[in-house]
Amino acid sequence: MSILVDKDTRVICQGFTGQQGTFHSEQALAYGTRLVGGVTPGKGGQRHLDLPVFDSVAEAVTEVGAQATMIYVPAAFAADAICEAAEAGIELVVCITEGIPVLDMIRVKHFLNGTGVRLIGPNCPGIITPDACKIGIMPGYIHQRGRIGIVSRSGTLTYEAVKQTSDLGLGQSTCIGIGGDPVQGMDFVECLRLFAEDPETEAVLLVGEIGGDAEERAARFIADAFDKPVAAYIAGATAPPGRRMGHAGAIISGGRGTAQQKMDALRAVGVEIAVSPAELGTAVARALG
Amino acid sequence: MNLHEFQAKALFRSSGIPVPEGELITDRSDVPPAWSRLRCQTAWVKAQVHSGGRGKAGGVLRASGEGEAEAAVARLLGSRLVTGQSGPEGLPVDQVLLEPSAEIAREFYFGMLVDRARASVVMIVSAEGGTDIETLARERPDAVTTVPIHPVTGVMPFHGRRVAQILGLHGALARSAGALVVNAFRLFQESDAQLLEINPLVLTADDQLLALDGKLVIDDSAAFRQKEIFGLRDARQRHEAEERAHEHDLNYIRLDGSIGCMVNGAGLAMATMDLIQHHGGQPANFLDVGGGTTVARVSAAFKLILSDTAVRAVLVNIFGGIVRCDLIAEGIIAAIREVQVNVPVIVRLEGTNAEAGRAALAASGLDILAAADLDQAARAAVEAAG
Repeated sequence: MSILVDKDTRVICQGFTGQQGTFHSEQALAYGTRLVGGVTPGKGGQRHLDLPVFDSVAEAVTEVGAQATMIYVPAAFAADAICEAAEAGIELVVCITEGIPVLDMIRVKHFLNGTGVRLIGPNCPGIITPDACKIGIMPGYIHQRGRIGIVSRSGTLTYEAVKQTSDLGLGQSTCIGIGGDPVQGMDFVECLRLFAEDPETEAVLLVGEIGGDAEERAARFIADAFDKPVAAYIAGATAPPGRRMGHAGAIISGGRGTAQQKMDALRAVGVEIAVSPAELGTAVARALG
Repeated sequence: MNLHEFQAKALFRSSGIPVPEGELITDRSDVPPAWSRLRCQTAWVKAQVHSGGRGKAGGVLRASGEGEAEAAVARLLGSRLVTGQSGPEGLPVDQVLLEPSAEIAREFYFGMLVDRARASVVMIVSAEGGTDIETLARERPDAVTTVPIHPVTGVMPFHGRRVAQILGLHGALARSAGALVVNAFRLFQESDAQLLEINPLVLTADDQLLALDGKLVIDDSAAFRQKEIFGLRDARQRHEAEERAHEHDLNYIRLDGSIGCMVNGAGLAMATMDLIQHHGGQPANFLDVGGGTTVARVSAAFKLILSDTAVRAVLVNIFGGIVRCDLIAEGIIAAIREVQVNVPVIVRLEGTNAEAGRAALAASGLDILAAADLDQAARAAVEAAG
């Protein structure tokens, strides 16, 4: 088992024929992802990477039964691409694109409300179930099928978490990079809810960062409704207030959103805290007992 | 992106938000004609810098008469203003705003920003303006009200009535407050703002609402569709090295430590800073080289880091996802050859093509320590920095 994606998930790529879309579709295919086609408006009917190209997501759903999409279109068109996918009946939308205006994401978020469509991202590495399905930009070979569910706000820091759990032989059930933007799709709580019901996931490694209150909300959820062991790391303990640390969402403002506050909230509900990014693997191993 | 007060107020004015008459001064000789146009007894002379706390820092001066105005302008123009937020080197005052002083009956706070938890724009309103809103919200939360605006409806008439009620305004003034809310929300959306702040919003002695100060921060991600506004960018209000980073599309923030950092990914960059501190060192900067890295970009990143004379060692931490480690290695080698690097460089490469990258570094004949893992890299950097 795993969450959200497995070897049978039928995936398409929006922005399929572009440079990014092409490169990462090739990588996904090489990994074994069941990529069934792609969408580039105006290029419908062509073939690309030996797969069909469609003008619209709706056609891809009808013609090849697309269930999930990975989006590599430029930021100016990304909100449109997400909403089109949701409208067409795609169940899981993974938006890799970074730099989407926040007012666009507000509209997207409310558009998706109540539809049951799940959005991962934007500005994220994507989702992977090792040896089954890779939707995103992560290097596939560092992953190892196993016991840990990973959910992270960061990209490369997720790879760090993956590598360390692989090196310890723990492996991963599913890894989700939820992205670093202030308004985004799935949050920690939604991912935890799915990990709770996945028998393959024995423990969760949560990688947060400064800004917002997603980690604090995760802590409340863990206290109320999550019984599996959890380890966490929060990046940005040394970040000065008021300076945005790369991610649009990573900023300490009004004295809120500090790493210390987040670590305290998580520790208080029994989460094993990794005090350094070199200890992500060992922290989750400790949490497992 | 931050706008200057005079730029924000120009946008306020064209959006129907009432602002004082004002004159922008860039040279002392501008004062006499400006003073006669304003036809006032007393005025404020306000330094235009990208920072709050200008008043406390002596950047806002009161002038009674043309002579005093000229003296205030002479004092501010060409100086550097050091505020609580500017850092010790301060910010250059290249422009000042001259505004007639208004007779104030009451002061309010009005702000609009994106609330990430609600995924909507919210108004922050208080009947007590002129002070630091974050302090007020912490000390007396009851004095500050948050009013969400649903993205489907936008501002509705009740939003205006709500704000008027919070501010204690009635009749024609309540209608003015309603218009202000409508106009502010329209400007917020049309300019892709992240923050629109009027502090203070005042009620004048002759019963007019007036935005005495104005702050507008625009979403950097919207630059592609806000070309006109981004044309107003004042590069001199940023640290020179940060401005150069911006030109190379690098994300660089200078800090106070001695260990320069070059990392791919914002989260890993923060984590690397934390790790340095964990081992007893201090990071000299945050630098995310991002994805799609080219030799030129890595070279530029290297030069940026080394432009900080406090740097005693450089830690390069790359986990290749999109970024290939052999490309990074090429960039590091090219940059070290190009720039006079006289500090130890510790490199930790992991991920796609890491072995090829490490091999290239080893074969370069340069003095580079290739660390085996994250902890070793950080310890070596801290040790090298002394």
